Amino acid sequence: MTAPGQVRTAPEPAGEDEAEAPRTPPGPPPRRVGWQKLTVLPAVLVAVLLATWLWFEQADLDALSRNALSGGQVSKALWQHIQLTAISTFFVLIIAIPLGILLTRPAFRRATPVAMAFANMGQATPAIGLLALLVIWLGIGRRAALIGIIVYAVLPVLSNTITGLKANDPTLLEAARGIGMSPVGVLTRVELPLAVPLILAGVRTALVLNVGTATLAVFGGGGGLGVLITTGITNQRMPVLVLGSVLTVVLALLVDWLASLAEVLLRPRGLQP
Amino acid sequence: MPETDGHGASIELENLTKRYPGGARPAVENVSMEIKAGEVVVLVGPSGCGKSTTLKMINRLIEPTGGRIRMGGEDVTDIDPVGLRRKVGYAIQSAGLFPHMTVAQNIALVPRMIGWPRARIRARTEELLDLVGLDPGEFHGRYPRQLSGGQQQRVGVARALAADPPVLLMDEPFGAVDPITREHLQDELIRLQHELRKTIVFVTHDFDEAIKIGDRIAVLRERSHIAQFDTPEAILTNPADDFVSGFVGAGAALKRLNLTRVRDVEITDYPTVTIDDPLQQIFNRLRAAGTNEVLLLDRRGRPYKWLRRGDLMRARGSLARAGTLVHDTVTRDATLRDALEAVLTDNIGRVAVTGRRGEYTGVVDMETLLNSVHDMLEADRLDALEHQQELEELRAAQTNAEQEGGGSVTGVGGFGGTR
Repeated sequence: MTAPGQVRTAPEPAGEDEAEAPRTPPGPPPRRVGWQKLTVLPAVLVAVLLATWLWFEQADLDALSRNALSGGQVSKALWQHIQLTAISTFFVLIIAIPLGILLTRPAFRRATPVAMAFANMGQATPAIGLLALLVIWLGIGRRAALIGIIVYAVLPVLSNTITGLKANDPTLLEAARGIGMSPVGVLTRVELPLAVPLILAGVRTALVLNVGTATLAVFGGGGGLGVLITTGITNQRMPVLVLGSVLTVVLALLVDWLASLAEVLLRPRGLQP
Repeated sequence: MPETDGHGASIELENLTKRYPGGARPAVENVSMEIKAGEVVVLVGPSGCGKSTTLKMINRLIEPTGGRIRMGGEDVTDIDPVGLRRKVGYAIQSAGLFPHMTVAQNIALVPRMIGWPRARIRARTEELLDLVGLDPGEFHGRYPRQLSGGQQQRVGVARALAADPPVLLMDEPFGAVDPITREHLQDELIRLQHELRKTIVFVTHDFDEAIKIGDRIAVLRERSHIAQFDTPEAILTNPADDFVSGFVGAGAALKRLNLTRVRDVEITDYPTVTIDDPLQQIFNRLRAAGTNEVLLLDRRGRPYKWLRRGDLMRARGSLARAGTLVHDTVTRDATLRDALEAVLTDNIGRVAVTGRRGEYTGVVDMETLLNSVHDMLEADRLDALEHQQELEELRAAQTNAEQEGGGSVTGVGGFGGTR
């Protein structure tokens, strides 16, 4: 009925007559944490722990095994392990993320291949060898163990930070500068939020890696669940070995599950899941 | 710093040059241009001619390697670019909205950066959404991916206007939307500009878009050399050289139709009857009218059907069956091209002109259209001749001045071209 020229006077919002308008309800999209995601893995972990406990109930342990597991040694090892993981992850984050940001700034972009080569070396070196070298250098103790774990886990976070920042649409960053954001503003309000999903994926990988490498801390005198495993192996006591392994596995899966929840919750709203 | 009273500031570019390291020739060479306050200037040219680079040098997203930029009379070539950009609106292709922020957050970015109080930002966001034709209640909490391309583009324009900058730079803003939406957005921009009177520099490679939007058009060739900088009418009727006429393309006379609105031509009265009139009165009207036809209006005064003399007889006096439906109407703001289109589709030889609510106000017939187009082209031709004469005089004066003092005369707005 109307000529194209009609639009100029028609006051109705033209948003209505654009046929391509997606008919989604207004308001932000809901965060999707399904009940399966919330329940399945914890249930499995509880079942595994329960089974292990039942098995210990009926197993008759000899003096050596009982000695290795008594006096709160299990909870101490577990606590040490969690501490090792948490502290090492913390340092991995404060090293790798700022480094990744720095290496994507124009001034330092040229250094990226060098830094990546170092990070790759850190990960390519067998963790146990790295730990041995560090112990020789720094002496036995938790410090050497922690440094080994950190060096080993920097790569995934660093490379994901760099990839995440580089994957940002350059026209979007130009738009950010174009409307008058300072370089710091562009970084903190556009680049980092958009890179959050990839950075978090790197952090998740690093966390799981750290739970695993922390079992090697025992060789550097750092304690942790590795103590149970090595005791079990050297003394040929299956129950001790099994308990150490099961706890490590459960801890790794639990940490991974928590990290996956964090990924969903921390992902900026509005980004495609 | 350009003042931000809501109206445009003038922009002067003086010998603006961008030379990239390693490039044999500069990407942009010696562009001089004067843009008046409140004017829409379109930079148009083939891809790779440096029009985008020129635009981005105005807000110094690309730092010029030579020349000066003045905004509102003040030299902004060396001031802090971040501060400058907060006072210059910037809209780009596919909107460039930040996907992790809601529509409202995107729009509020610049006002927040320059420290507006919260309440003022909220009011401004609502006002802007309204201005670009989006319902604030429905859209302000949405994320960009929940919007269509056209809606995103509207938000992009709203964001550029947020802090009420005197100058607006638009880099092919409607390049990524479908043709129908693009038409809408162009119309909306013209409407907005009518209200806001900003200084707008608009980059496009679409000459038709340039004609539609620009008060003046700069046709650029390689390295951003200005081939012609003039009003759309002048470029259409008097292209400076082969490059410009090649770019204008065929059908300049038809394109000229886009530049005139229905309100500029004679709108004549036409015998009308309304649907509630008794049949006898309609018969009388048909007989009394000099023409063979009357326009039947519906209860709200809107054009409904064209009734011919024999129609009522054939339909045995039933108004519901008689006559041919009015397919197409135009408003007074429609272009003559729209009017011609409507005349051709309706096959009646005329088109009904409607007011704001679609009510009948008059008709434009084929003859009026033909005559006004003819007059228009004739007038353009005369203008062009005069213009050329002026230019020659100007050039003569320039040569004189150069011979006398050797002082350089920078490009004056509206100079005919560099041959």
